[in-house]
Amino acid sequence: MSLRLPGSIVEEIRREGERAYPAECCGVLGGRLDGAGAKEVVSATPALNRRTDDPHRYLISPDDHRRVESALRAEGLEILGYYHSHPDHPAVPSAFDAEHAWPWYSYVILRVDRGRAADVASWVLDDAGRSMHSESLEVLSEV
Amino acid sequence: MSVTVSIPTPLRSFTGGSDAVELSGRTVGEVLDGLLRTHTGLKRHLVQDDGRLRNFVNLYLNDTDIRQLQSTQTQVHEGDVLTIVPSIAGGSPAVETALPKLSHAEVLRYSRHLLLPEVGVEGQRKLKAARVLTIGAGGLGSPLSLYLAAAGVGTIGIVDFDVVDLTNLQRQIVHGTGTLGTPKLESAKSRLIDLNPNVKVETHEARLTSENALDIIRQYDIVVDGTDNFPTRYLVNDACVLLDKPNVYGSIFRFEGQASLFYAKEGPCYRCLYAEPPPPGLVPSCAEGGVLGVLPGIIGSIQALETIKWIIGAGDLLIGRLVLFDALKLRFRELKLRKDPDCPICGTNPTIHELIDYEAFCGIGAEPDYSGLEITAEELRQEREQKGDDLVLIDVREPHEWEIAHIEGAHLIPLGQLPDRLGELDGHAEIVTQCHHGSRSMKALEILKGAGFGKVRSLAGGIDAWAEKIEPGMARY
Repeated sequence: MSLRLPGSIVEEIRREGERAYPAECCGVLGGRLDGAGAKEVVSATPALNRRTDDPHRYLISPDDHRRVESALRAEGLEILGYYHSHPDHPAVPSAFDAEHAWPWYSYVILRVDRGRAADVASWVLDDAGRSMHSESLEVLSEV
Repeated sequence: MSVTVSIPTPLRSFTGGSDAVELSGRTVGEVLDGLLRTHTGLKRHLVQDDGRLRNFVNLYLNDTDIRQLQSTQTQVHEGDVLTIVPSIAGGSPAVETALPKLSHAEVLRYSRHLLLPEVGVEGQRKLKAARVLTIGAGGLGSPLSLYLAAAGVGTIGIVDFDVVDLTNLQRQIVHGTGTLGTPKLESAKSRLIDLNPNVKVETHEARLTSENALDIIRQYDIVVDGTDNFPTRYLVNDACVLLDKPNVYGSIFRFEGQASLFYAKEGPCYRCLYAEPPPPGLVPSCAEGGVLGVLPGIIGSIQALETIKWIIGAGDLLIGRLVLFDALKLRFRELKLRKDPDCPICGTNPTIHELIDYEAFCGIGAEPDYSGLEITAEELRQEREQKGDDLVLIDVREPHEWEIAHIEGAHLIPLGQLPDRLGELDGHAEIVTQCHHGSRSMKALEILKGAGFGKVRSLAGGIDAWAEKIEPGMARY
């Protein structure tokens, strides 16, 4: 499976990760599946990080999740995955990420290096449900 | 009751692509059981091994989280919709991916730790990743470095510059008879590595000073203070505050000890407890005052315990608490410590922003100049031969020290009794004061001078120097 992200959305996520630094930002990726089954992101909705006790954690509450989901449904879109930032850590899932990941969803991780947005990668849970592997991330340039 | 279970996109591969499943049951729990029975692939994603919902899986009955109802006992009605809603959680690899793995041999070695849920594999890996600095390889440094090494702390740094002496072995159990006369760093390192070869021991052969303290302490996660003197204790405290490092404090005196965890980010520091050092000489060192050998074992073990708890993040730390231990009464007491808002280094308006001259701060450099007031052991022997009884030798040690050894012909007047017993002395006699190492005899000299005695000198190096140079057969302690 692969994930297509418009360049403008990548830019939004990068700005948000920089603003949230040194804490983590998080949000929901909405979009649709194309005919070949690839995920095409249309929107990124920032979510409130409900974990305030630990800057190395994020949590999107189920209520927030439901609100975003119904708003997306109203536009004929669905949740394709989520994004969050890793302040001063590689854009690689942590053990905690893998432990809490759902199947199928894409988890886009942005590395924020000393306050500056760095690389972005997307990950999905493997079929065994134990670890995450990277998926191809296609950044679409604006036309 | 027939209930619709709404399946989120990520789980549809387990329901043959359907976004909803019709099931019947009387409660949420029964409906859920039915769902997991008919679609077993969902189990792994929704429930734990014990059958309870995973903590990031939420169930909504119509529009309400079942946790706000009667959880899985909630009654369901015909036509209700049960929705599975994810909480999305994660985070950066704050520690976990950076943690080193344990070998099979390490798993076996630490098995009694791994059995404790509070330690477990993650805690043990945190211990392996930890870098702990112990200041001093003496009374406190011995037990604490042994326990830290045994516990699997990955890197132990030790600062010391001393040599193993026979008088150390009564309490400094990291050293042994076989390492007498060798540097304490080498002696401790070989013992710790023998105890646990997985531990890396980094040695810093130096006296900790304002010049090197920040560079050494910076390399470690946590500092354990096993020093026996005030200048170093203030130095360690200030360096830890400036570098945001926790400082595990312990101190011992005769039969009493104390311990705390100073971490200025979350609580008081040593200066909040003791703003000023005591006047120099008021508090004797172990060499002067003695110490029960087991006592540093107890206090050093408490320091090791707090260090391990801090690393694995378990239990209630000694931050803001001072534990006092009395060995003779076998009694522990606890004092609450408050952060001093006026603390010169961790208060609201700190006045200390860098390390200072701690010898001067503790008044040590300001001691009076005693030159000309001391007499060497050789000079004392010669003068006694010439002057006989006209030269009075006053031993100001305690009676139990006198019993170990004394110089023939000396008079015993313990320092504490001296001011009341001046009448026993001839005001015109030439007097030499003498103690164990030459420090108490200086105090005695000051008392005698202050009382008008003119011809007073102090035996440099005390009875120990006498035993070394004049009477080799005499017992030393």
